[in-house]
Amino acid sequence: MPAAQRRRHFFLMALIDALLAGFTLGGMYVLLALGLNLQYGVARIMNLSYGELLIAAAFLALVLFNQFGVAPWITLALVVPLAFVVGLGIYRLLLTPLVKRSRSREALEVDSILATFGLLFLIQGLMLVAFGGNYYSYSFLATPIHVLGTTVAANRLLALAIALVAGCGLYLLLTRTRIGTAIRAVAVDPQSAQLVGIDVRMLAAVAFALGAALVGVAGVSISMFLTFNATFGVLFTMKALIVVIMGGVGNLLGCVIAGLLLGLAESFVSTFLDPGLTLAASFGLFLTILLVRPQGLFGRAGR
Amino acid sequence: MSVTHALREAAPPVANRRPLLIAAAIAAVVGLAILASVPQFANDYVIGLAISLLIYINLATAWALFSGTTRYVSLATVAFFGVGCYTVAVLGEKLPWPAVLLVAAAIGIVLALIVGLTTLRLSGMYFVIFSFGLTELVRQLVTWHETKLAGSLGRYVFLDLRGPHIYWQLLALAVILFAVCWWIHRSRLGFAIRLIGEDEAAARHSGVNTTAAKLAVFVISSVFMVLVGAIVAPRWTYIDPIIAFSPLVSFQVVIMALLGGAARFYGPIFGVVPLVFLFEILIARFPNHFSIVLGVIFLLIVYALPRGVLGWFIDQWMKRKARRPA
Repeated sequence: MPAAQRRRHFFLMALIDALLAGFTLGGMYVLLALGLNLQYGVARIMNLSYGELLIAAAFLALVLFNQFGVAPWITLALVVPLAFVVGLGIYRLLLTPLVKRSRSREALEVDSILATFGLLFLIQGLMLVAFGGNYYSYSFLATPIHVLGTTVAANRLLALAIALVAGCGLYLLLTRTRIGTAIRAVAVDPQSAQLVGIDVRMLAAVAFALGAALVGVAGVSISMFLTFNATFGVLFTMKALIVVIMGGVGNLLGCVIAGLLLGLAESFVSTFLDPGLTLAASFGLFLTILLVRPQGLFGRAGR
Repeated sequence: MSVTHALREAAPPVANRRPLLIAAAIAAVVGLAILASVPQFANDYVIGLAISLLIYINLATAWALFSGTTRYVSLATVAFFGVGCYTVAVLGEKLPWPAVLLVAAAIGIVLALIVGLTTLRLSGMYFVIFSFGLTELVRQLVTWHETKLAGSLGRYVFLDLRGPHIYWQLLALAVILFAVCWWIHRSRLGFAIRLIGEDEAAARHSGVNTTAAKLAVFVISSVFMVLVGAIVAPRWTYIDPIIAFSPLVSFQVVIMALLGGAARFYGPIFGVVPLVFLFEILIARFPNHFSIVLGVIFLLIVYALPRGVLGWFIDQWMKRKARRPA
C-alpha cells in the first residue's frame, strides 16, 4: 500500500472508531440526562444530588452481581420501582417544604440547589463509609463484538440498547398517555396547567420520581462497563446538566441530540486532539452554549 | 423617589450613634492588636488553625460581599483562589513578594472582568452552574498545561515565608476587606446591589446600572479571593491542580457564609469560626464521616436557619423588641 493510501486508511479507521465511540458515549449521556431533564424541566428542582443517586444504583448492581450473582438486567427491573419510590420520598420529605415556602421560582431554585447540595454530601458520605474511596468494576458481557471493522464491548452495546429503550419509552409515555400530556403541560406552564385542572404539585412529584427511576436505569447500565467510585457522582451530574442545558430545559428531542453531540465531540477531541482535553472540551462547549444560547440549542424562548 | 433620596431616608441618624462607633473603633483596635500578637505566644498548631480561620474569614466575607447581597450564588471561589496559588507558584521566585501579589491581583481583576462581563447577564440557576463549570474548566486546562507543556503535574513553592508572616498578611487582608465591605455597605454601590438582591427588575427600572454594579462588586470580591490564594501558597510548598482548585473549598465557603448569615458583611464570621473548628475535629477524628456531616449542616441551614445564625439572632431580637411596648 502506498504511504498516502495507508495514511488515508488509518484516518478512516480512526474516524469510524471515533464515530462509534462517540455514539455509544452519546447514548449514555442521553440516558443520563433524561431523568435530570424531567426533574428540572417539570418539577423545577435543580437536583445536584442526581449523580449520587446514579452511583448508588451502580453500587446496588455491583453488590447484587458480586454477592448474589444477580445479572444487571434483573437489577434493572428491580431498580426502576425502587428508585421511583426513593425519588418520591425525597420530593415529599425534603423538597415539598421548600416548594411551599418559596415565593418565587428563583427562590425555589436557590433553595433546592442548597438542599440537594446537602443531600449530595450526605449520600456521598454514606457511600464512602460503606465502600471507601476504592475504585470498583465488575465484568459482565465484556466480550468484544466486531462492528464495521472495529471492536466494541458487548456491554457497551447493551447499555446503548437500554438507553434507546428508555428514551423511546419515555417519549411514548409523554406523548401517548394522559399523564404524559399533563406532565408536558406542567413543563410548559405550571400556572396555566393548574387552570385546566391539572394537579401540578402531584405531577411535579411524579416527574421527579420518574427522573429518579431513569437515573437508576442509567446507573445500572453505566456500572456494566465503567469503573467508578463513591465520589464520581458530581462528574455525572455535571455531564447531565450540560446535556440538559445544551438541549433546552424540558425538551426531550433536544436532550437526545445534545447528548449525542456531546458524546461525539468528546470522542473526536480525544481521538484527534488529546485525550487529556476531553473534559475541558465538554466544559468549554457547555460554557459557550450557556453564553450564546442560554435557552439551549433547541429550547423555547429563554428567560 | 430617587435612589439618593431613598438612601438618605434609609440611613440612620448619625448623632446618637457616635459614642457607639467610637467604642467599636477602640474595641477593634485593641482586638486587632491582640490578634496581631497571637504568633508571639502561640505554637505552630495554633498558628495553623488561626491561618485556616483567616483563610475562610477572608473567602467567606468576600463571597458574601457579592453573592450574599446580589443572591447570585457563585461556586467559582476556588477558581480565583487557585489562580492566586498558581501565580505564586510560577512567579514566586522570579519577582519580589509585593510585586507577586500585585501581579496576582491584576490577573484576578482581568479574570473577574472577563467572567463577569460574560456571565452576569445569566440569571440565577445558570450563573450557579456556570460558576461551577468555570472552576472545572480552569482546573482541567491547568492540569493539561502542567502535564503536557510544563512536564510535571505539581510545582514546588520555596519562599521564605513562615506561618507568622502568612498569618499577619491574611490578618491585614481581612482588615482591608472589612474596611472595603463597610465602605461599600454605606455607599451608593452597596445600596444598588442590595436592591438587585431584592428585585433586579425593579432595580433596573429605578435607574440602577445593574450590570456595572454587579461587575464592580464581583471584581472586588474576586480580587480578595485571588490574594488569599496567593498569600497561602507558600505555606503548602507543593501545589498541584487538585489541591489548588479543590471544589470542596467553594462549597465550604458557601456553607460557612450561609450559616453565619450572608446578608450582612460581618455575618459570615459567625459561620466560619464554628465550622473551621468543627471541620478540624472531623478531619482529625472522623475523616470518613466528613461528607455526611457537611451534608447534614447544609440541610440544617436550608430548613432550620435559612437566614443564618446572625439572621436568627436578629429575628429573635426583633421579636423581643416588638413584644415590649416602646
